Amino acid sequence: MLREIFQVLWRNRLAAAGGAIVLTLFAVSWLAPAISPHDPDKVDIRARLKPPGTAGHALGTDSLGRDVLSRLIWGSRVSLKVGFVAVGIATLIGLGLGALAGYHGGLADGIVMRFCDLMLCFPSMFLILAVIAILEPSIWNVMIVIGLTGWMGVARLVRADLMSLKNRDFALAARAMGAGAMRVIAVHLLPNAMGPVLVTATLGVAGAILTESSLSFLGLGVQPPTPTWGSMLTEGKDYLRQAWWLSLYPGLAILVTVLSYNLLGEGLREALDPHNRRAQPR
Amino acid sequence: MLRYTATRLLMMIPTLLGITVISFTVMHLAPGDPVNYILDANPKASQTARARLRELYGLDKPIHVQYWNWLKSLARFDLGLSFAPDRRPVRDKIVERLPVTLALNVFSLAIILALSLPLGLVAAVRAGGLFDRGSTVFVFVCFAAPSFWIALLGMYLFGVRLGWLPISGLTSLDHGSMTEFGKLCDLARHLAMPVLISSLGGLAGISRYLRSNMLEIIRQDFLTTARAKGLSERTVIVKHALRNALIPVITILGLSVPGLVGGSVIMESIYAIPGLGQLFYASVMGRDYPVVMGGLVMGAVLTLAGNLLADLGYAAADPRVRDAAFK
Repeated sequence: MLREIFQVLWRNRLAAAGGAIVLTLFAVSWLAPAISPHDPDKVDIRARLKPPGTAGHALGTDSLGRDVLSRLIWGSRVSLKVGFVAVGIATLIGLGLGALAGYHGGLADGIVMRFCDLMLCFPSMFLILAVIAILEPSIWNVMIVIGLTGWMGVARLVRADLMSLKNRDFALAARAMGAGAMRVIAVHLLPNAMGPVLVTATLGVAGAILTESSLSFLGLGVQPPTPTWGSMLTEGKDYLRQAWWLSLYPGLAILVTVLSYNLLGEGLREALDPHNRRAQPR
Repeated sequence: MLRYTATRLLMMIPTLLGITVISFTVMHLAPGDPVNYILDANPKASQTARARLRELYGLDKPIHVQYWNWLKSLARFDLGLSFAPDRRPVRDKIVERLPVTLALNVFSLAIILALSLPLGLVAAVRAGGLFDRGSTVFVFVCFAAPSFWIALLGMYLFGVRLGWLPISGLTSLDHGSMTEFGKLCDLARHLAMPVLISSLGGLAGISRYLRSNMLEIIRQDFLTTARAKGLSERTVIVKHALRNALIPVITILGLSVPGLVGGSVIMESIYAIPGLGQLFYASVMGRDYPVVMGGLVMGAVLTLAGNLLADLGYAAADPRVRDAAFK
């Protein structure tokens, strides 16, 4: 099955390209100390606001003379970290609450689903900002808050899947053999519901990266001097008249990253849909 | 229809209560003494002054009493006093800013609707063609590009480079001396960029949704029947297919309200527009808890209102929904 998924994914050129860029980004952020041409935090007042193409600074320098390319490379670490940790938190909460609601039904289901509906009533940006106001902005708080406000989609998916899976023969058999609720859910049911969750999580990484960059842009996300794409754009805004490159490249980095995760996610959705798999020639 | 509306309104009451519980809980997760924020953590403030402030804001009471009192005053549309130095009522602060944000979002919704219809329609009718593929790329880029970045690029291109549009505020400095028509034009010029840019996300989503909806409907039997009757292709597409594809779009429009309201925080802070989003942002930065709490409730209420309008619109357009509610 895994092989088939890879094959479908491979045939979808856009998804394959998205996947390749995602892998490249992993490599870039892992190798950041080795490949970044300068120290991202090294201030050089004599070289401030140099345009792209200046010797030694391929993408120019910012108002403190820091190398934009190096800051972009190091900024990818923040994006990936926030993307994965936030989505990890959201997925865990969603799996837990979704399984609780879908497996037990009744009152548990009612409570979880009403809570889900309530959370969806808030514009997520408002909720996130309110919590950030209380918790102090920092990379950990950003990840936690994005996670806490992003679990509803997964919960609904898992609930719907478990409601239909729990009465299948294999689940009944497991229960008849004396498996407890936890074991039936974790060993027998959830593995069968992971496909759509994986798609949602992949698209969720893209969303989390966008949210983090918005928060950092507003000055309520990851705090300076840590280089992040969002906070680099804040500076770009202040130097819009003098240095267009400060506003261009970090946004381009966000665009390409988010686009890649979205393409990969859509490709996965297609690959995991049995409807599409059957339609492929063998 | 009246009965449907009434039921739908009644169903909102528990949701509203839930919203107040969540807002209240979030705001009371704050560690430390809120009085410190009012006093800017001034250590010189005497104990009696602190006690007096605590009493003024009701902070000396147990938490459930505080919630109940807050709820009671909320029912009278009294949101308390701001922590900011001006100590103005939160309600006044929100009410004076609300029209700006509402106008911004209503214009955005109008643009979303006006542009996504032809976009989705043509993409579906000529599926696989050049236009379809081009619009697919456009949609994916719109989804992936952070709105504040597009806003920055727009400010650079149209504001700094070309000098066509102003890049901040709602009015020019000489606004007062303009004619009525001039004032209107001035306002429109200031709103053009924020409105267009904040509608990009919804535009992408809805044109995409309409496209897949149309593709589904185009395959159905009643369209073959319509063609077999000898109707022109135009009538078939516009009268028979588009009408059916449009109904679910009403719901999606309603669902895009929280995104727009949330996005107004970013748009309004970038373009320095004095709306609810900017107020919310400033209050978050200044830890003005009563205003943040009021803004949170207001944001949720706007979302609920959007959902309500969408549901009512759907029921008006599709009699099956209206009747199903009572079966």
